[in-house]
Amino acid sequence: MIHSLFLINCSGDIFLEKHWKSVVSQSVCDYFFEAQEKAADVENVPPVISTPHHYLISIYRDKLFFVSVIQTEVPPLFVIEFLHRVADTFQDYFGECSEAAIKDNVVIVYELLEEMLDNGFPLATESNILKELIKPPTILRSVVNSITGSSNVGDTLPTGQLSNIPWRRAGVKYTNNEAYFDVVEEIDAIIDKSDDVSFHPCIRFKRWESERVLSFIPPDGNFRLISYRVSSQNLVAIPVYVKHCISFKENSSCGRFDITIGPKQNMGKTIEGITVTVHMPKVVLNMNLTPTQGSYTFDPVTKVLTWDVGKITPQKLPSLKGLVNLQSGAPKPEENPSLNIQFKIQQLAISGLKVNRLDMYGEKYKPFKGVKYVTKAGKFQVRT
Amino acid sequence: MSAAPAYGEDKGGSAGPGEPEYGHDPASGGIFSSDYKRHDDLKEMLDTNKDSLKLEAMKTIVAMIARGKNASDLFPAVVKNVACKNIEVKKLVYVYLVRYAEEQQDLALLSISTFQRGLKDPNQLIRASALRVLSSIRVPIIVPIMMLAIKEAASDMSPYVRKTAAHAIPKLYSLDSDQKDQLIEVIEKLLADKTTLVAGSVVMAFEEVCPERIDLIHKNYRKLCNLLIDVEEWGQVVIISMLTRYARTQFLSPTQNESLLEENPEKAFYGSEEDEAKGPGSEEAATAALPARKPYVMDPDHRLLLRNTKPLLQSRSAAVVMAVAQLYFHLAPKAEVGVIAKALVRLLRSHSEVQYVVLQNVATMSIKRRGMFEPYLKSFYIRSTDPTQIKILKLEVLTNLANETNTPTVLREFQTYIRSMDKDFVAATIQAIGRCATNIGRVRDTCLNGLVQLLSNRDELVVAESVVVIKKLLQMQPAQHGEIIKHLAKLTDNIQVPMARASILWLIGEYCEHVPKIAPDVLRKMAKSFTAEEDIVKLQIINLAAKLYLTNSKQTKLLTQYVLSLAKYDQNYDIRDRARFTRQLIVPSEQGGALSRHAKKLFLAPKPAPVLESSFKDRDHFQLGSLSHLLNAKATGYQELPDWPEEAPDPSVRNVEVPEWTKCSNREKRKEKEKPFYSDSEGESGPTESADSDPESESASDSKSSSESGSGESSSESDSEDQEEEKGRSSESEQSEEEGEKRKMKKKKKVPEGQGEGSSSEEDSDSSSGSSESERTSETEEEQVEPASWRKKTPPSGKSAPVAKEISLLDLEDFTPPSVQPVSPPTIVSTSLATDLEGLTLTDSPLVPSLLSPVVGVGRQELLHRVAGEGLAVDYTFSRQPFSGDPHMVSVHIHFSNSSDTPIKGLHVGTPKLPAGISIQEFPEIESLAPGESVTAVMGINFCDSTQAANFQLCTQTRQFYVSIQPPVGELMAPVFMSENEFKKEQDLRGGR
Repeated sequence: MIHSLFLINCSGDIFLEKHWKSVVSQSVCDYFFEAQEKAADVENVPPVISTPHHYLISIYRDKLFFVSVIQTEVPPLFVIEFLHRVADTFQDYFGECSEAAIKDNVVIVYELLEEMLDNGFPLATESNILKELIKPPTILRSVVNSITGSSNVGDTLPTGQLSNIPWRRAGVKYTNNEAYFDVVEEIDAIIDKSDDVSFHPCIRFKRWESERVLSFIPPDGNFRLISYRVSSQNLVAIPVYVKHCISFKENSSCGRFDITIGPKQNMGKTIEGITVTVHMPKVVLNMNLTPTQGSYTFDPVTKVLTWDVGKITPQKLPSLKGLVNLQSGAPKPEENPSLNIQFKIQQLAISGLKVNRLDMYGEKYKPFKGVKYVTKAGKFQVRT
Repeated sequence: MSAAPAYGEDKGGSAGPGEPEYGHDPASGGIFSSDYKRHDDLKEMLDTNKDSLKLEAMKTIVAMIARGKNASDLFPAVVKNVACKNIEVKKLVYVYLVRYAEEQQDLALLSISTFQRGLKDPNQLIRASALRVLSSIRVPIIVPIMMLAIKEAASDMSPYVRKTAAHAIPKLYSLDSDQKDQLIEVIEKLLADKTTLVAGSVVMAFEEVCPERIDLIHKNYRKLCNLLIDVEEWGQVVIISMLTRYARTQFLSPTQNESLLEENPEKAFYGSEEDEAKGPGSEEAATAALPARKPYVMDPDHRLLLRNTKPLLQSRSAAVVMAVAQLYFHLAPKAEVGVIAKALVRLLRSHSEVQYVVLQNVATMSIKRRGMFEPYLKSFYIRSTDPTQIKILKLEVLTNLANETNTPTVLREFQTYIRSMDKDFVAATIQAIGRCATNIGRVRDTCLNGLVQLLSNRDELVVAESVVVIKKLLQMQPAQHGEIIKHLAKLTDNIQVPMARASILWLIGEYCEHVPKIAPDVLRKMAKSFTAEEDIVKLQIINLAAKLYLTNSKQTKLLTQYVLSLAKYDQNYDIRDRARFTRQLIVPSEQGGALSRHAKKLFLAPKPAPVLESSFKDRDHFQLGSLSHLLNAKATGYQELPDWPEEAPDPSVRNVEVPEWTKCSNREKRKEKEKPFYSDSEGESGPTESADSDPESESASDSKSSSESGSGESSSESDSEDQEEEKGRSSESEQSEEEGEKRKMKKKKKVPEGQGEGSSSEEDSDSSSGSSESERTSETEEEQVEPASWRKKTPPSGKSAPVAKEISLLDLEDFTPPSVQPVSPPTIVSTSLATDLEGLTLTDSPLVPSLLSPVVGVGRQELLHRVAGEGLAVDYTFSRQPFSGDPHMVSVHIHFSNSSDTPIKGLHVGTPKLPAGISIQEFPEIESLAPGESVTAVMGINFCDSTQAANFQLCTQTRQFYVSIQPPVGELMAPVFMSENEFKKEQDLRGGR
């Protein structure tokens, strides 16, 4: 299945390679670099590339390319899903999935990769099991290790792998037993009918199908229990509105930019953490704007305008106004850029979903239970 | 941004072994790069006996390997540490070994013995890890060792080790494909494994080694279907993909009956007119050719697969969702395929790589089954932030989904896209508009007008793309569009994109009679710029010249000759050839002329309008979700998705003869606790069984009917089960103790499930196995009937024998048999109750008590082990009769046997210390028991209706043994004989069943 893995940073350095079968030369990555050059843009590198002897399947995560080498037929999603699982694991272990973190922990990374695949076929991918096999680094432990020469490898043999519930390690014990539920909802700009759910493997499908009850043995630690997709034909309450006026004058080197954000149907909750991101047309050289609140930045290279708004106070609606400098002589942009909006509403699940009750069976202790609701903007785009 | 230099540098680093390793990248922090050590230092560190130094050295080496640097010259120093006690050092040594063993084969052999030792370790994890590393060392000389290790591990009692064995199979196969036959045997064996842990891995091995051996799957098909939901995600993907292929070879197409069900409302909803017409030709033809064919009934196994995979559409893993989606697309009846759309649309919220793959598949699906995705049209709307490759795929899907009713919406959306800053995307949008226009007649004019407006767009690429598309549209109805052609002709002055220029020239040439005045003028301009044009434009200029010469030679004769002369000396031979050819064709010459008479017909023949088709059309001949589908080319190792068979192969091949022993499997017991939690549909091996075990599971009841329709065999399975249960009751106990033990244990497990229906056991199942038959003492009417029925059932029971034996080995470690402890009070009441109840049978005619009389060999329990008893072994059985002396007492048969070499004298019961109410009637003293001799005595115990143990002493002349008999509840009951009808009446009264 998966033959080899190369980790490549944005400047094209291959900084880690791992082979699960015979060694494949780094030169195979030249095909990838070729495709990358052609794509111009990192996110347009095709995830699947065919070369004379191999296939390259890659993902782009946190400014890194994970390029896997495949030799025979395999469902591409299988590989993509696995690579994301690898990146998730790094994130989980090192707090970030970055070149520096990976280089600093290269031995742990290697040990992880060794456990995650056997001969290219996934072996242990659940974080609970991996953490039993290979302990994540902590500052204390690395200090202790460097003094005592002890290791990160678990010295007790892990048993989780032998279990039929691979997501939970055996014999979990804590002094405090707590179960927290974060209900995080994201609003996409386009919302449509019917709900749809995907589950963590611990959830018992049949029980859900027959009783609409989520019954499960929880993994130890953080995990995503379900993802759901809700919608209704009658437009779901969109909590913000945007007034915008963006115009570019023909044959002149400037344009006007004016946007105002206001709350709408926010159900008495404060809308916070608002960020507006705009990809300006290429001809825009610079922007001179004045925000009534928050701060803005404009990157003249990527042409991305970011306005960090913060909270909305209905008394004084935040706005951002000013002039746009265009490249002189260039034709004016035909299209106004779309506004991408991020926001957060605490203590609100916009769909009305609630965690009704949490029952626990099979243990004597009573865990502390907590539920938190957050509504966020997902892919929230305003066309102008 | 240049990758090449960096790469070159790396390569340089790995080229010279032994060169100093300096971190050439200053950004690479950490402790490893800061002090890269010379290899000599590392060797020294590895040779010390300090684990911390070794560990540091190994970490440095692994960091080197990770960076792709060569560390192979350290091999001898590293391999020495393979048996190191420190677990992390050992692990890192393994990493090193697997990486370099191939290059240093001789030295690698030094490590083999360590792994061979590991294979025998009592700890399953160590066995597994030894096998894992051993099989990863790609050294051909150890192939026989690997083969042996795999074979042994495949029968290991730990499922984890067996899983590792499954992983090792493809490794060995890739090392030496001559081992295929032997490996297939191992695969066959592991396929029969019933643990979820093994299932995914062995199917993976199957797919890599022998995907053509579909026959190996038959017997495991139902089990795999039932296990699927509990297998880990990666295994699920592999199994689903394999089962898709399997189903295509074994079942009939579910779409073949669709033409019979024309009025099906579902169909009217989902299948638009195109769908009907485009349906796979072979299927339609097959139905047409066989009108008299019996109506299609889906094979219950086919249904089982569809039903058991459906919940996995809700998996968190995109790969699993895609696997199920492709399974439904390839195997489900049209009306049911719709369920996958929602799940696939959900995946569009995932990572962009996932979106990319999913959209490719949706694009293919939406051509065949457009209706399925129509409700989700808006989910494919494009955001300006989507990467271009995603935008283009979404556009493809939107175009496929456009129909009479939704085109206005789609076109409005397209209008937004045309203003995008992403020009590749705009070009694709224009193509998409063109496709909508060709496919949907009603909107053709609207589209054409829109495109013509785009001709005045400022962006040349947009204009060029529009021209190309307009050209195709105009071909459909040129007569009405003279104006547009004129407009296009004017564009030749400005537009520079070769493809667009070529398109305009072709249009003018083709429809020159619609623009008689402009055409020669265009040719004049083109003749002027001929030499500066691109090849593709030059060819069209020649073409235009030829056509004008034929229709309007008066005005264009000289121009044409000029153009042809220019072309004659062109650098491109295609253009020279074309010029020569055209000249011969259009200019009449003295000799030939035969062709030139027809020149007009040749050049100006009416040409069919081009069909604008999706590039995803017919891609579904590749299995969806596969790499081959994505690349639209056959990838190495791709297994073709076979066409449905005309006639269904024999469905009975999937029947499993021995459903019983799966119950006793390791896993079953181990999982006992969680099993009811996660799988409602239990039974693994066969439908019959699952029906027994879980009456409320719908799948079970359904599949039961399947096995009935399949063949009679499966019903006899359940008979043989009963048969076994009966054995004990009527057989003489000449069987060996061991066998009795085994049977007992089997029953213990079986009965809890069988309880409910045990009463229905038929008379003809009242038979017993061969060994005991001949030793029958009592002949009853019943038994005379029996031999015939017994013979009938010989095959299943004959087959079951060896398998059952094998499994009993596993049982032994799971259930510590009572024989190990001298005193073994059954602790779980339910199991012991079950043991008791199994002996109770019902017949129509009351049995003569004497028939039951000496029931020995049933439920023999050990009272005293021969080791503990210094040669005296004592067993006891409950004879299930009232004790002759006292009706309140239970009669207990005590079997003494002397395995020592001296006679045992004066066996009697010593002073019992009994709880209140319990009393014992001792057996008469046995004076002497010679070596090798056995004797049975009867004693009576009044347990006072409690399950308290009766503790007493067994005394010989020289010794005293403390023993204890605890009765299972059932043994405290007095046997009552009643007919079946009576029993049923009683049962109803008590609300049983």
